[in-house]
Formats: sequence, C-alpha cells, structure tokens
Amino acid sequence: MSSGNVVIAARAGHAGRLSVARRPVALGLVGLALLAVALVAGIAAGTVAIAPADTLGILGRRLLGLDISPTWAAAAETIVIDLRLPRVLTAMIVGGGLAVAGAAFQGLLRNPLADPYVLGTASGAAFGAAIAVLIPVRALIVEFGLLHGLAFVGALGAVLVVYKLSRVGAASPMTSMLLTGYAVSSLLAAGLAMAMYLSGAGLRQIFAYLLGGFEASSWGRLAVAAPLIVVASLGIALRARSLNGMLLGEEAAAHLGVDVRRERAVLLALASLATAAAVAVSGLIGFVGLVAPHVVRLVVGPNARLVLPLAALLGASLMVGADLAARLLGDIPVGVITAVIGAPFFLVLLRRARTGYEL
Amino acid sequence: MIRLAGVTARYRDRAALRDVELHVAAGERVAVIGPNGAGKSTLLRVVAGLLRPVAGSVELGGVPIERLSRQAVARRLAVVPQLPTLPFATSVEEVVALGRLPHEHPVRGMRPGDRAAVAAAIDRVGVGHLLGRDARELSLGERQLVLLAMAVAQAAPVLILDEPTVHLDLRHQVEVMELVGDLNARDGTTIVAVLHDVGLAAHFFPRLVLLDRGRIVADGPPAEVLSPGRIREVFGVDPGFVRLSGAEHGPATAVAEGAP
Repeated sequence: MSSGNVVIAARAGHAGRLSVARRPVALGLVGLALLAVALVAGIAAGTVAIAPADTLGILGRRLLGLDISPTWAAAAETIVIDLRLPRVLTAMIVGGGLAVAGAAFQGLLRNPLADPYVLGTASGAAFGAAIAVLIPVRALIVEFGLLHGLAFVGALGAVLVVYKLSRVGAASPMTSMLLTGYAVSSLLAAGLAMAMYLSGAGLRQIFAYLLGGFEASSWGRLAVAAPLIVVASLGIALRARSLNGMLLGEEAAAHLGVDVRRERAVLLALASLATAAAVAVSGLIGFVGLVAPHVVRLVVGPNARLVLPLAALLGASLMVGADLAARLLGDIPVGVITAVIGAPFFLVLLRRARTGYEL
Repeated sequence: MIRLAGVTARYRDRAALRDVELHVAAGERVAVIGPNGAGKSTLLRVVAGLLRPVAGSVELGGVPIERLSRQAVARRLAVVPQLPTLPFATSVEEVVALGRLPHEHPVRGMRPGDRAAVAAAIDRVGVGHLLGRDARELSLGERQLVLLAMAVAQAAPVLILDEPTVHLDLRHQVEVMELVGDLNARDGTTIVAVLHDVGLAAHFFPRLVLLDRGRIVADGPPAEVLSPGRIREVFGVDPGFVRLSGAEHGPATAVAEGAP
C-alpha cells in the first residue's frame, strides 16, 4: 500500500504525512533503536542505579556469553538478571502484544476507538482474578499463579461468550459483536463488584491487579506468557493482507479475495489470545493498545503490513518507558502513567489529524 | 465468461432469484435493471460467489465458482463496491492499492509489478489529481472514481458494478458510464453493472437484462427489452417516464416509441 513508491512519488506537495513514510525500513530501524534504548534505560535505572555501560556489560556477559571481566558488584548482576531483565522484557512483550492486538481489533471492528479490551477481555480477566482471590486454595498453586491463570481463562472465556452470542443471525456481525462485548463486560463488571465486596482482606490484591503493573514479573511467568503473545502477534502480522481488505468493509474484503469468515475468526482468536496472555501477566494497562497503532497510522497510513510491526515496536518501547517512569516515581501503578501520558497524547493526535476519526 | 444455469437463491426463506439463466460472453457489456427488490444485487452476489445458490450452477470462465478460492475469484472478477466508509485516514493511492490484494505476495506485499498496476489504474481512471488526499474527504463522485480505479488495479477480466451512479450528479454519472464503456471497448473488460437508471442503462449498454421478482423477464438489446408494455408491467409506470430519463440521446427514446 503506502510502500507503493511509484505512486507516492507522483504525489506532489502532500503535507499530511511525514516523508519518512516512504521508507518503512528506516522507520523500522528507528523503532528498533527506540526499543534498544528503552531496554537499556529500563534495566539501568531504578532505586539502585546501574551505569548503562555496566548494564550492557552484564547483558553481554550473561546473555551473549561474551568474555567481559566484571567491573560491577555481584549484587548489580543479580538485580539486572533476576529482577529488572524479566520485568523489562515482560513490559516489552506485553506492550508489543497489546499494540498488535489493538491494531487488529481496530481493523477487524472497523472502529478507531476499539482497544484490545473491547470484547470483554479486560472485564473477563478482572473477574477471573477476583475469583482466584476468593478461592481459599490459592496457596496450593505455584509459579504462574491461580490469579494469573484464572485471569487468562476469564479473558478468553469472555471473548468466546461474546463471539458465540453475537453470531446469532446478525446482519452486521461486527456491530453486533461490539454491542455484545459491551453487554457481557457490564455483566462481568457486576460480578467483579460483587467479588470485591465479598473479598474482605483480598480486596487489596484484586485492586492491585486491576491497576496493572510489572512488579510481579518473573522469568517463570514470562516463559509462560511470552510464547503465547509472540506467536499470536506473529500470526496476526502474517494476516496483514486480510486486515487491509477489511478497510473497506467485509463485503469489499470478500471481493478482494479475503475469506472473511475464516480470517475474522482467526484474527479474533489470535488478538484475544495475545490480549489474554498480556493481561494475565500484567493486569489491566490501558491506552498502549489504543494509542500505539494510531500513532503509527498517522505516520505510515493504514497499511497493516507496516502498522503491525511498527506498532509492536512502539507499544513495546512505550510500555518499558511507562514502567520505568512508574518505578522512578515511587512504584505508582503503570496504568496511571499510560493513562496520564496516553490520553492527552491521543487527544492532540486527534486534533492534528486533518479530519478526525469517524465512528 | 459468466454462466448461470437454473440458479435459485434465497435469503432465509425468501426466494431472491428463481431459475435464472444468464450467459455473459467475454468482452460483453451488460446492464442489469429492474425495480427495487427484483434481485439485482442478489444476482451480483451470486455471480461474485458471496451467496451460494440453493439450486443451479455458477461458472466463471468455465470453472464452477465453488471450486475457486476467494482469491481465485478476485483475480477473475473485480467488484466496485457501493461507497463504503473508511475507519482510518486512507490516501487515494492506498485505496487504489487495495485492488492488488488478490495478487500481492502474502508476506512481502506489493511487488514492483503491483505498483506499476496501481500507477496505471490511477492514470487510466484519471484520478491522478486526487493523489495524497484522504479518500474520506473526497466528494461522492470522486470517491466513486477512486473505487473504480481500485477495481481496475485488480486487473480482472470481469468488472462488476453495483449501482455505480447512485448519489452522483449528472456529470459524474456520464463520466463514470463513459469510463466503463471505454474499459470495455479499449481493454476488452467484460462489464456487468446493476443500474437503477433505466435511461442511463439503455444509453450506455448494448445489452440489458431485466429482472422482476427474482426472474429474468427480458434479455437483449435495449430496444427489445424496454418495450412500453413491459415498462408498464414491470415498473408500474407510464413508459413516457423512461423516455424522459433517457433524455434525448437515442436508444431509450427509440425503444419507448417501438410498439410491443
């Protein structure tokens, strides 16, 4: 699409998009550089600051097996490898996954205000987590944790219910799905409220989950969530063609050679899987999945082939940055940071876009 | 090129097409006309493979359509959709480039040949002056031309149009019709268009297919199909109205004067 250089070279004096839009590879490299900076900064900074050079040294020695003689304290190595690296990587994977899922939901539902949580994943995960807190046997289950497990199941379960309910004889399945998502979310929110009311001492735990964050990151949880998120995101990226077809609606997509029914089901499943795994490890963190795809679209246009990978890079960098800011500000919830930065940013973008977005 | 034999199609329990026989040869230009609810759009959906008939067969280029994948159908048959809404800002060239979806590489996307086809389609339809603009800001007439360019970029031997002139003012109606005629005459593209405006259809198409309540009631040159008796019977109006909408240029007028 917008990589159609022949065509784009022909358009004269178009000021709507940056000239870099013609060089997706260059943009990709900028995104990778941004991510690398976020990674090093995210690991180096914190209550115990570690020099970026030492950070790189530790990473090189432990991850790449380079022969670097330590110029740092052993404690620094422990902090980097056991605490900060899994945390930063989790933020990265979650941010990237949410951005890709957000782009997929926006494209599928043809709704710019859609985010990864729109079909009930957020309320399903929250309800699942609350149930986990209420179940007294939670101590029996280790590592990934009952809370995270049930959050994952709740998120996927909610989307499945929405999908099944909205399939019944709807003229416009996507609109019907959005509305069904709203109804199911409301119901789950009621369940969550009841669970919170009954939770007693567990209330704080539920609340902490709802706010979202990466304090509880560990290699174990990352090892469970990362493959799910990465595989689902890659699966979505490989279906960019279908998402592009949907730009003009489902009927037009079918005329353009997209097997709409199959592609819609597969894309919904993959986007929901990525979202469910993301919310299971990190809780509910808003705005990254909504804003990252839009920012990328403003630069490169709506072509999913470019939007998906670039949104993943931007989402990952944003999330690492937000987590870093949250830590530096005294461990406030990362969802607060993403909302405080994301919401005004989004408003500015909307105002600067020449036409604004239609619903 | 397109062959429908004994096609009956339903929406739920309502028969939308009954026992339709239609053969469109390569290089033909056919307009499908008929009153609202006659089954015109249903016929297009059946031809495009979006609605499977409950009886009868549909062949595209000699191949039963159910044996073709969506992508294979899209390479044989391009459809100009009725003006869709776009959820995101999308430049004119990005819309036209969507026409290459059935051809582009599944992973790498557009290749140089695809870009050349997009540039050629933009040139062919004459929307070069719109490049770089957000397709959502265009007038309806401009948008229709952009969608036509998208379908041309699809480079399929058959071009299908569903009410391409609805919402358009007279100048744009004529512009679109002339372009479609030119695609047929110069590029040999087979055209099947659903048209509301009988006069426009009679003027620009050598063959009309008249649908009424799901059946083809007439098929042939405008002079044959649009007899006053049939206009009165199918559309329920005074045949003089067709003469009016056909304006003073030709076939429709002649038709209305020819006795059935």
